[in-house]
Amino acid sequence: MDALKARVIELADFVAGPYCGKLLADFGADVIKIERPGRGDDARYIGPFKDDTPNPEASGTFLYLNTNKRSVELDIETDEGRAAFLQLVRTADVLIEDKMPGELAKLGLGYEDLRAINPNLVVTSITPFGQIGPYSSYKAYHLNLYHASGQGYLLPMWAINLDVPPCQGPGYLGLFDGGMAGATATLAALFWRDAGGTGQHVDVSIQHAMMTLERSQLRRFIDDGVDPNRTGKGRLLESLVECAGGEFAVVILSSQQQWEGLWRAMGKPEWGAQPPFDTQKGRADNYAELRVRLNDWAKTISQDELFHRIQREGSAAAPILTAEGVFALEQFRGRGHFVTIDHPVAGPLEYIAQPTRPSNVDLEPKRPAPLLGQHTQEVLAELAEKGN
Amino acid sequence: MKSALQGIRVVDFGHVMAGPWCTMQLASLGAEVIKIETRARPDEQRAQHGKGAVGSLEGNSNFFEINLGKKSVSLNLTTEEGKALAKKLVATADIVLENMRPGVMTKLGLDYPELVKVKPDLIMLSLSGFGATGPLRRYAAYNPCFTSVGGTSHLTGYAEKKPNTMTNSGGDARAGTAAVFAALVALKFRQETGKGQFIDSSSCEVINSMIGDQMMDYALNRRSPKRHGNTDAVMAPHNVYRCAGADEWVSIAVGNDAEWAGLVRAMGDPAWADEPAFATAEGRKANEARLDALIGEWTAEKGYVEAMHRLQAEGVAATPSFKASDLFSDPHVVARGQVQAVDHPVLGRRKTITAPYRLSETPTAIRGTAPQLGQDNDYVLRELLGLSQDEIDKLVQAEVVY
Repeated sequence: MDALKARVIELADFVAGPYCGKLLADFGADVIKIERPGRGDDARYIGPFKDDTPNPEASGTFLYLNTNKRSVELDIETDEGRAAFLQLVRTADVLIEDKMPGELAKLGLGYEDLRAINPNLVVTSITPFGQIGPYSSYKAYHLNLYHASGQGYLLPMWAINLDVPPCQGPGYLGLFDGGMAGATATLAALFWRDAGGTGQHVDVSIQHAMMTLERSQLRRFIDDGVDPNRTGKGRLLESLVECAGGEFAVVILSSQQQWEGLWRAMGKPEWGAQPPFDTQKGRADNYAELRVRLNDWAKTISQDELFHRIQREGSAAAPILTAEGVFALEQFRGRGHFVTIDHPVAGPLEYIAQPTRPSNVDLEPKRPAPLLGQHTQEVLAELAEKGN
Repeated sequence: MKSALQGIRVVDFGHVMAGPWCTMQLASLGAEVIKIETRARPDEQRAQHGKGAVGSLEGNSNFFEINLGKKSVSLNLTTEEGKALAKKLVATADIVLENMRPGVMTKLGLDYPELVKVKPDLIMLSLSGFGATGPLRRYAAYNPCFTSVGGTSHLTGYAEKKPNTMTNSGGDARAGTAAVFAALVALKFRQETGKGQFIDSSSCEVINSMIGDQMMDYALNRRSPKRHGNTDAVMAPHNVYRCAGADEWVSIAVGNDAEWAGLVRAMGDPAWADEPAFATAEGRKANEARLDALIGEWTAEKGYVEAMHRLQAEGVAATPSFKASDLFSDPHVVARGQVQAVDHPVLGRRKTITAPYRLSETPTAIRGTAPQLGQDNDYVLRELLGLSQDEIDKLVQAEVVY
């Protein structure tokens, strides 16, 4: 069996830090999650739950974000817990932590303290605004980060006017962005360390990670000094259409070539080959009317028909899928996008798999998220053995 | 300066968005990235701008944004010599990235089975909308398709309104970012085992995996979650509130009683805040609309940055809905080096956004501007591939180097 040869201590809650840990754990790293005794990760409390009945051992969010990890209950604010934590750190390659900047240093567990006992350690700190800078102590939930990053101001895209307030993105997407940045930088640091380098401190600001992802839109301000906003005026790129049965789809309008495929899929209506709809400029200038006509056509066919008809003509279109649609998509199923994992409390469930799967790696079957403190004895016993 | 991926060479067949995005991040981590491109069929991001085709291939600001710090060699891959040279270059590389439609690299004789012959421990990243296998593999996909099929469009926007395809490039950016992660997983495995990897990544799957928590509602209850704007299932207040300036909004989220007390203090202890209806988290959620209206009266008189500072001083999570102009000059963004000015021969000196992680020993860096097409032909063809000037001249004349 192959595995990332790294022992990772995860002192992190909710989404961003745990997603970073999951990205490493799912490729075989030994990720040991430190949880507060008796309570554990905050994600254990947010669901979704089976039949909406809360159960800290079966929160969907927790189950997804903590696959393949071990859980140790440890209160690092007690002397005993702190000592055990330090012992763990001595044996570790990576610490992922999400405490507010300075909090760990107050406990004598800051980066400099940890480096002193383990110079090969990579410490990855993932916080809303990073370790330094005037907002480093500012609080932010997903909502706040979405807006602080510049992404929220651009949503909902195609707003009819600016009276529609800016909006956060889906789920906890922005926190996933922070976790992804953390895992990427952690692996880069490990790669360098194992090529003859040392440990180091990786400082991830979730706001920065999200802002970087929006660079292609934010640069429009540098181009012309005007803030791009959520109304997306004057850009002929795509259209949302409502299909028969009330399902939605998107059609792409970004070039003449895209248009021609769509036009053929519609059955070559006469209006589409005549001014003003026969050029990109004409369609852009008459976008509202164009949308009405596209919707009139879309209403006559199903979401699925629309998707395949347009794609068969070589142009791009896509169904807007609900979770049900995602689980039903044969393309996903056939490629191994779902993995069934059995959990002692939640039972067997289909999870979304890691989307990037290296071809020459033989990984162990996926293990479920740990019960709170499930591995406390096991991990402490390992430590005792190492100590001897 | 030390860098994490020093000595790693990436051959970049990427074009448009997701592929170039990935290799640019690898460049910021210290890899040498060589973009293979040709004016016979220029990267769409060079040739298109907003309303259509552009005259110059060197003036596109989005190409600049996603190709910083790379080298460029111009090789026409529709010629036999062009393909042979590309293959020779791959033999010197660690990583190859491509995001052509599935099947195109095979047609060119440059797919993984061919390339691994010249570089046995090659790491190859193949990015596409739907992936290289399965019934939809040849389907065309742009960002709105990734977000739609990936399930995020359905979950974005206001409950009472239609789904939202999000912005124009977030899906590409996330697909590219996931590919950076995959490249590093593969590099780490190569370091441990000596083996290379082929990674076939679907942008739709990447996007979907980043809302994998939301998908659990279906796994558990056969129920599809819905979009809910700025609201949260439990927290209130949890919204954006209009501030004094033009289209200025501040986001405020209160997660517990201590934060509620902080919000009340920040607002100057208004009498309405003492109402029993607002005394508990459940009460605040049950009376959310009225609560939002009352908070909105307070924010309406404040600037959005001022509102953030006042609320944060009392321990309340609050941020403006920042506009691009705010971000490029925000004191925090500037202090952390999240933006940087970079020179470009056509676009001039302009601000851009840096890589989103600070590594204390191996800092990331923008190692150069976006390349002009073929600007590194001499380095690549002469130094790396050992061609003579005479050979190069002939290749230029034959439009192989083009």
